[in-house]
Amino acid sequence: MRLFALFLHRLVWFVPTLLGLLVVTFVISRVIPADPVALVAGETATPGQVDALRRQLGYDRPLPVQFVTYVVQLVRGDLGRSLYTTRPIADDLAARLPATIELTVVAMVVSVLIGIPLGVCSALWRNSWLDHGLRVITVSGLAIASFWLGIMLQLLFAMRLGWMPLNGRISGFPPRGITGLLLVDSALAWDGPAFAGALAHLALPAATLAFPALATLVRFTRAGVLDVMQSNFVLYERAMGLPRALIVWKYILRNALTSTVTQMGLLFGILLAGAVVIEAVFDWPGIGTYAVNSIIRSDYNAVMGFTVWAGTIFIVVNLLVDVAHTLIDPRERTT
Amino acid sequence: MDELLGVRELEVSYATDRGPARVLDKISLAIAPGEVVGLVGESGCGKTTLARAVLGILPVGAARVHGGEILFKGRDLLREDPRAVNDRIRGRAITFIPQDPFTSFNPVFTVGTQLMDLMRWKSPRRAADADGWFRGYPRERRRADRDAVLEILRAVQIPEPERALGRLPHEFSGGQRQRVMIAMALLPQPDLVIADEPTTALDVTIQAQILRLLRQLVKERSVSVLFTTHDLGTAHEICDRVVVMYAGQEMESAPTDAFFRRPAHPYTRRLLASVPGADGEIRDIPGEVPSLVDPPSGCRFHPRCDAATEACAVALPEAKLVGADHEVRCHHPSVMTAEWP
Amino acid sequence: MTGVWFVLARVGRDRSALLGLVLILALVVAALGAPLLATHPDDVFELHPAKRLRPPSGEAWLGTDRMGSDIYSRLLFGARITILIGVIAVGASLVVGVPVGLVAGYHHGWLSDLLMRVSDIFLAVPQVVLAILIAQTLGPSLPNVILALSATYWPWFARVVYAETRALQKEVFVESTAALGASPWRVTALHVLPNIVSPIIVRASIGMGFTILTAAALGFLGLGPPPPTPEWGRTIAESREFLPGAWWYAAAPGFAIFLTVMGFNLLGDGLRDVLDPRLRRARSAGDG
Repeated sequence: MRLFALFLHRLVWFVPTLLGLLVVTFVISRVIPADPVALVAGETATPGQVDALRRQLGYDRPLPVQFVTYVVQLVRGDLGRSLYTTRPIADDLAARLPATIELTVVAMVVSVLIGIPLGVCSALWRNSWLDHGLRVITVSGLAIASFWLGIMLQLLFAMRLGWMPLNGRISGFPPRGITGLLLVDSALAWDGPAFAGALAHLALPAATLAFPALATLVRFTRAGVLDVMQSNFVLYERAMGLPRALIVWKYILRNALTSTVTQMGLLFGILLAGAVVIEAVFDWPGIGTYAVNSIIRSDYNAVMGFTVWAGTIFIVVNLLVDVAHTLIDPRERTT
Repeated sequence: MDELLGVRELEVSYATDRGPARVLDKISLAIAPGEVVGLVGESGCGKTTLARAVLGILPVGAARVHGGEILFKGRDLLREDPRAVNDRIRGRAITFIPQDPFTSFNPVFTVGTQLMDLMRWKSPRRAADADGWFRGYPRERRRADRDAVLEILRAVQIPEPERALGRLPHEFSGGQRQRVMIAMALLPQPDLVIADEPTTALDVTIQAQILRLLRQLVKERSVSVLFTTHDLGTAHEICDRVVVMYAGQEMESAPTDAFFRRPAHPYTRRLLASVPGADGEIRDIPGEVPSLVDPPSGCRFHPRCDAATEACAVALPEAKLVGADHEVRCHHPSVMTAEWP
Repeated sequence: MTGVWFVLARVGRDRSALLGLVLILALVVAALGAPLLATHPDDVFELHPAKRLRPPSGEAWLGTDRMGSDIYSRLLFGARITILIGVIAVGASLVVGVPVGLVAGYHHGWLSDLLMRVSDIFLAVPQVVLAILIAQTLGPSLPNVILALSATYWPWFARVVYAETRALQKEVFVESTAALGASPWRVTALHVLPNIVSPIIVRASIGMGFTILTAAALGFLGLGPPPPTPEWGRTIAESREFLPGAWWYAAAPGFAIFLTVMGFNLLGDGLRDVLDPRLRRARSAGDG
């Protein structure tokens, strides 16, 4: 019951922020440009077509009215229509969503499974060669342009060595689509080659995407563990002779993780931002490529729709992270 | 030798900017089975370091033991296999009550979890040859342990022990937390409890309560206690014997009665004189606490002692017996026949 | 001013921060000295199709690109773009963000809430996403990139300054000064500002790194300054169709980005290590 009240409380914050985002995107797309309709109509439209479009889209109405219409449309799930495909943008995005989800989730899982233990070990064996090596990697990880890393990995592993496929999600026929997530679908269909193929195609893009996230996780976990190691309760646990493994992996980690979990929101931001560019590099048929192609084609509506969609997802994820944080740190629950 | 704990000429130094500080300077101390010994001294005299040295949790790298022995039941803890010490001595034969109950509990786990984790590894019902992680936690033992936990929570007067197990540490008051700490120290059925200033962080009004509870429980179980404090009143309250420390060395060791009525060391007498009635604070001894990096020669107290002679600056005094179980490290101990003051 | 020397000395002792400083200086030298250091300074504008896609050699140290221009020379001029974008974007973010943070921190009311809400909105979305939208709306050009980056980075400064101001308000010495009747401006200028300089500097240094990466991403996507401007991100995008043969074409600009961002990150970390503990010590000294 308390948890629900907490959730409602966070929701109250969520709505104005979302609304604010819509205001910002609205201002950017309709208020700032000299003639937003011309942008939407595209470069090849004649003035007559532009005017007709203006009336049709309702851009000649006063701005507040436009904004309300805009919000109402969005609530209904209507993100507008793509200039290029002429399909509703919401449909285009939905079709491409599973690909991005699969990539992001795999990258997230990889970075968490590898990053957190490495961070703990780095803190335990402070100033060892492991620690120094990891620090070099993590600092580099945050300095490398992810699209460049992707290109370099492609160069080495796909082009030169031929170990991994160059791009795309799968070569050959995909398994029967139930969820749209190739790994899940091929597992459900017991399709070994498809599963292996999907995995091989995921390898490079997921590794590229995971790299900065991993670097961040290692850093934060290391700092968190080092901090917790100084606490009085750790001293007490040592004084009472509790096994070291218990102290580290249960008692210290849980405390260190409470701060790491709040970073998950940050992590997701890194992954989402990275996904946009990395999908472009690997020709991954997800939402990122959609955004990039829309940019190239000057499909203005689509870019807008993508921004609103991405912003909303991000705010929602942060909300979930907040809730998760209160679940993990019980102190928050009773206050 | 009817001695449970024997610290012999222990030397511990800390690394500082100005060189190694001799925090424990050939200190010796003995505790008999079932005896409550109070270790008294000003802040920085080394009491906490001694407590941590016996437990074996000195800060790695900053502190170094470079001499002496810590004999527990005849075996030197400093030279035993560290893993065996961690498994069978720490938290089992020797337990710990920390100073600050507010930060000594893990804040994100319930009290019950922390108690049962302790029981999992340190319960007296755990077989001596029990293998670590693979053997698991047998159900009957777990039930027996849980019953023991509830029983001792009642003994330390925690209301509704069953519900208390499901609570988080911050839901308890300081006094209650310290009671649970006492419970945790007694559950493994130890031989020796090391209590490091256990009431300093608590409200004055409940300090006496907690102390009396502790004394009652340890006497019931014939458990020895090494009790460090900077407060003479506390020592008087619950200790069988009092030892005074100064600059990393023991100065005087006597049964409580003799200590307070017939103190033999000039430092002790100064301490007792500076107690203003009900308040147990130590104040107003002329001079300054000596540097541990470069301590005074001979008797460490001689620069501030009004009974000091030349001999005091030259040689470190040996421990002299001046009464029943009453030892003093002084060249000129005064054995008062009359009562003090 | 002894404070500045103290900081520099401490930074000097930290090897990785020193490395960062060296890298940044190298960038600055490359940018300022581009006309002198470049072997083919005119290649920024001139085309030599006959010499296209040549591997690194004595004549073209990092090879030639698809137009036959010397990659090394274009990289040096690209450093100018990079610095320009970084400095102006971060500077503008600072100029907007710091006052916003100060006002929000000082006030306790609807104004403060509103300002922080607005900055939360910008922080709620990954910088890249909003920057893409802005750059796309305004059209690909150098000023627009800078605008897009500033508009999305200022909340970071606002947030840091807000947190520090609020924390400082609780400090005794600020409360007592205000109680004695000092005007808010005086309190701010004399007490708050000196204490927020350190976190601002740290954030600016780290911000340079992030901004340069985002700028490169925008350039890669085609939203940056148009050709023939030798922006590093765009160069990488151009190089893709010629891989794996002309690998140097992609490797060189990416490596330049890496060294630059690494430099700012290392320096930022080093500054944070030096300035933060000092900050804490200075504050506790104020408790008397």
